Amino acid sequence: MASDKDIMYPENFIITSSPYLRQAKNTRMIMLDVLIALLPCVVASTIIYGTRSLLIILVAVAFAVLSEGLSRRVMKRPQTIGDLSAVVTGLILALNLPIDIPLWQVALGSVFAIVVCKQIFGGLGQNIFNPAMVTRIAMMSAFSASFMTASRPVQWILDRFPDVIAESTATSSATASATMDAMSNPTPLQHFKDGGELFANVNNIFVNVFLGAHDTLAIGETCIAAILIGGIYLLLRGVIKFYIPVSYIGTVAVLSLIYGGFDLSFVGFQMVVGGLLFAAFFMATDYATSPLTNTGKVVYGIGLGLITCFIRFWGSLPEGVSYSIIIMNILTPHIDRWTRHKAFGQREKESMDRAAAKEAKHV
Amino acid sequence: MAKADKAPEVNARQVFTKGLINENPIFRLVLGLCSSLAVSSSLIGALGMGVSVIFVLLLSNIVISLLRNFIPNTVRIPAYITVIAGFVSIVQMLLQAFANPIYELLGIYLPLIVVNCIILGRAEAFASKNTVGMAALDGLGMGVGYTIALLSIAFVRELLGAGTLFGFTIIPEAYTIKLFTMPTGGFLVVGFFMAVWNHLAEKKGKPRAGEDCNGCPMAGHCVSEFVRSQKEVEEDKA
Repeated sequence: MASDKDIMYPENFIITSSPYLRQAKNTRMIMLDVLIALLPCVVASTIIYGTRSLLIILVAVAFAVLSEGLSRRVMKRPQTIGDLSAVVTGLILALNLPIDIPLWQVALGSVFAIVVCKQIFGGLGQNIFNPAMVTRIAMMSAFSASFMTASRPVQWILDRFPDVIAESTATSSATASATMDAMSNPTPLQHFKDGGELFANVNNIFVNVFLGAHDTLAIGETCIAAILIGGIYLLLRGVIKFYIPVSYIGTVAVLSLIYGGFDLSFVGFQMVVGGLLFAAFFMATDYATSPLTNTGKVVYGIGLGLITCFIRFWGSLPEGVSYSIIIMNILTPHIDRWTRHKAFGQREKESMDRAAAKEAKHV
Repeated sequence: MAKADKAPEVNARQVFTKGLINENPIFRLVLGLCSSLAVSSSLIGALGMGVSVIFVLLLSNIVISLLRNFIPNTVRIPAYITVIAGFVSIVQMLLQAFANPIYELLGIYLPLIVVNCIILGRAEAFASKNTVGMAALDGLGMGVGYTIALLSIAFVRELLGAGTLFGFTIIPEAYTIKLFTMPTGGFLVVGFFMAVWNHLAEKKGKPRAGEDCNGCPMAGHCVSEFVRSQKEVEEDKA
């Protein structure tokens, strides 16, 4: 699509270099689509966990944009606030935090995500790790006390739909009480790790699980409905391809089917608790840190699923999504190299060597 | 003394000051990172380690420089290590007797000064090729550079991680960032200081590897443009 500027040239002569066929899609449009897709999660987290989640989101986004602008200015590079990528990073980071986290920690986290994880590497597209994910891990070790308390839905939801896990620990089993000191109200995955029952006392599958009204660590990750709406929107708009989410979630499903002894409710539990779905749609599909080729994306998704399950089933942490993404981020350049498309007519080096040897023999 | 020994291209002042910024052992030569990460979570530990390293580096450089014409080339590394180990044992005993808290604080990292690559590196790269005065100046400069680097890292790590400076509380416990007391935080801080030191040491357009590649143990494998261009010049000459 030729823009007005090109046509304004004397005698309508377009003197730009190829490519001549262009799309209106640019970074800002893609980021805008991601923001729209995240909107249901924002709404859901505000309804389930109260207006404080809006405050967290505001602080995270504001500091992300501010530090993006400042760091670009300090480094004397072109300003990139306009591409909205800082807004997306801040928003995803906010949705990955617990509801009771102090706001100064949120602000520091945002600055860390933009300055250390993104701009120091050279800005958008140059970062080797997903900034929101690294920041969440860094914050979990820096402010571990803030991550000890799970997010608890607001009172009126608790009144109407007594919470799944909270209820079961009130009348706690012996195994759960051992960890009560460390975790005041365990998330479903923590509960599972402590040997508790799956979906203990779920009295409304639709509200407690599908709409996400239960205790969890991060405010954005429980509402399955909101995540699916956002994910499907991104898929329909062509912002993300289905390879990574499907291979990631599929791998987790298959592994938990085997691990749980072909118990479908166990598979369902592993799907809907923790940050799996949110990460699969919004964080694993990050352009800068995921493979480019379709085969590579599938390999990447399977790797994510394997690491997530290994940590969930045998690791000491209850949740493995964030570490799995970081580990696969490291492997992304290698996956890209292994799955690179062969140019048309190009022969593999091995077969070329063999051909050369044959020729040499003939001579 | 130093003047009398002076080789034509070596400047005494330069020999001492290069250890501070241009060839700072931690931030520019990237030597001895293991122990420096381990002891730099508190300023007191950093100071104790720094002083011990200055002591060992100064004396081992002097002795190795004195012996440089007597040590056979083939067994020079064991000989250096023996000399260094002797001085480390002295430091260890002195600290144990007169500064026991610091001795306890440094723990295993004190005897590990023996295998600290800064000391062996200076013995191999400088003391074994230069006169006693120069070797002493080099050891002193490198030791002071190491101490400055350790104190800079420890200042940030102790202030942000524990909220204290030399044990005095500056920031209340609730506002500290524990990440900085962990190895991860140490690496982060070292990285940032390295950037600052590179900025100080390099003026725009100046080659990266500095003037003295001969002193660098990695010169043979270095892929920086400067070294490559030097190699090409040498090949052209040949």
